[in-house]
Amino acid sequence: MDTNNMHPVMKWVEHRLPVFSFLDHSLGTQYPTPKNLNYWWNFGSLAGLVLVIMIVSGIVLAMHYTAHVDYAFNSVERIMRDVNYGWLIRYIHMNGGSMFFIAVYIHMFRGLYFGSYQAPRELLWIIGVFILLAMMATAFMGYVLPWGQMSFWGATVITNLFSAIPLVGDSIVTLLWGGFSVDNPTLNRFFSLHFLLPFVIVGLVVVHIWALHVHGSNNPTGIDVKSEQDTVGFHPYFTVKDFFGMGVFMIFYMFFVFYAPNFFGEPDNYIPANPLVTPPHIVPEWYFLPYYAILRAFTGDFFVYQIVSLGGLLMDAKLAGVLAMFASILLLLFMPWLDGSKVRSCSFRPIMAMAFWIFFLDCLVLGYIGGKPAEGIYITIGQFATFYYFAHLLVIVPLVSRLERPKQLPDSINASVLKAAE
Amino acid sequence: MSDTATPEQTAEIDDQSKRDFLFVSTASVAAVGTALAAWPFIDQMNPAADTLALSTTEVDLEPIEEGQSITVVWRGKPVFIRHRTAKEISEASAVKSADLIDPEGDAERVQKPQWLIMVGVCTHLGCIPLGQKSGESKGDFGGWFCPCHGSHYDTSGRIRKGPAPKNLAVPEYSFLSESKVKIG
Ligand code: HEM
Ligand code: FES
Repeated sequence: MDTNNMHPVMKWVEHRLPVFSFLDHSLGTQYPTPKNLNYWWNFGSLAGLVLVIMIVSGIVLAMHYTAHVDYAFNSVERIMRDVNYGWLIRYIHMNGGSMFFIAVYIHMFRGLYFGSYQAPRELLWIIGVFILLAMMATAFMGYVLPWGQMSFWGATVITNLFSAIPLVGDSIVTLLWGGFSVDNPTLNRFFSLHFLLPFVIVGLVVVHIWALHVHGSNNPTGIDVKSEQDTVGFHPYFTVKDFFGMGVFMIFYMFFVFYAPNFFGEPDNYIPANPLVTPPHIVPEWYFLPYYAILRAFTGDFFVYQIVSLGGLLMDAKLAGVLAMFASILLLLFMPWLDGSKVRSCSFRPIMAMAFWIFFLDCLVLGYIGGKPAEGIYITIGQFATFYYFAHLLVIVPLVSRLERPKQLPDSINASVLKAAE
Repeated sequence: MSDTATPEQTAEIDDQSKRDFLFVSTASVAAVGTALAAWPFIDQMNPAADTLALSTTEVDLEPIEEGQSITVVWRGKPVFIRHRTAKEISEASAVKSADLIDPEGDAERVQKPQWLIMVGVCTHLGCIPLGQKSGESKGDFGGWFCPCHGSHYDTSGRIRKGPAPKNLAVPEYSFLSESKVKIG
């Protein structure tokens, strides 16, 4: 960085702590970025934006919130009715959770389609999966805080998942609860952890970006940057594009905050928690529905269960469901090796592209089924969709990626851009 | 003499193994120490002394008529106490263990056959089964029915159909007198 024509104060700082050149190399003119990035590449910065909004709104909520079973529900109602702009801040936080998952899920499907997890970005992808796990834990514990009926029963059902673990399961559940049921000690620790985890996510995001900056962004063609002609400086080109994306995304986000603030929520959560009455239909937040569908697909007669448990010998259906649910996310860690193709982008792998879209639909079907009661045709569809989910990751991706012959790749990013412009 | 070590080399090797030993033993002590120091930070999450102190409940059975059930709270969970009818008792003891998902005789689940006392928490994922109040569904086996994912329990609280793996749990309890029980 040319320090000569800097302001003397900046120069003084730069000499002692080179923040300005650091920024310039991370997000500035000196960070070369593939010039063909499309709008699917906006969702990383959008997720970052939502993370900041969640932390700011969350810290403000925590100033008014009381983590005690006798007061939690009322303190949230007080935020809604009495605290100045409390309703706005809570609705920003509440809908922010959904926006975070929308941004991150799109971000991940982008990675899956364009092969961004492939070498040399495996660790970048793996850190991303850990961010997803930390987000899930954060959102789950946040949802418990308002201490409504869904908070309480969601917490009960999810913590009870651990009771499926042989031998030590029940002790683990007691340890998580700090008592004999979900109760005040549970609420207190969830608040503490809900406050902590977003900062852990910030740490993970820093490492994620660090790994990103080693090899730079992938791009829609999936081919490597070969010369300076393939790139432009991040600033101003992508700073502007990211800000534009943020504007559009905020319109979408604020539409819900102002006009449909409870669209993503469950009315039952406005009923104070009652440990003696289970709501007739317990559903998690929408972003957990696909996993919930996988969990419930495992009944004694599900053929996948019969196979993996050797006809019921190895484990009961409850444990199998819990393991499958965790496996559905953890398997993503192995994507870089499940996919054996030399070509990253599905734009040049038509069969893989088709498989991708079927998988995407399958995830939507799982989400739909997760929100329906487990009866009749829903069970059958849920079981088939669960089977397909694992078949995609464990059979279709490894085989198609190794057998499919990709289309001819462009010579360079620059060449593909020029060709598109013709 | 290439096949015998010089005095310097021997000294070096002696020194090396001494260093390895010190390194390994220091690391082991540090690892054990860290593990020991971690324990209080894990164990603090377990139920505290006051939580444990609240963990018994006494119940007067006098007002419960035959065929009635009540729900009491014990350790933050509902406990079902049912004054069973003769018909329910005979139905429960007539079941063959081959028909049970979690085989257990009715006699093993009660101290006095007319009093069925158990934790009213579904062993699947912790919902509260229906069947305590008169209008509620009692499931296909005349006992309790969990609406969350459809588990059916019989008049002994044993799982008969649905995803739950175990019978409704029987808590520790003792009769303090003919009509008074202490749960926990
Ligand atoms: C990773 C970012 C975060 C996510 C995904 C998240 C998610 C959630 C969710 C889903 C709720 C329940 C909303 C409701 O139904 O009322 C919630 C509530 C809450 N969160 Fe967060 N949160 C995040 C960050 C934070 C931070 C950094 C703090 C404060 C340090 C915080 C403090 C709170 C408080 C006090 C509540 C209870 C009040 C309420 O229910 O509105 N959150 N959070
Ligand atoms: S919790 Fe009772 S059937 Fe699932």
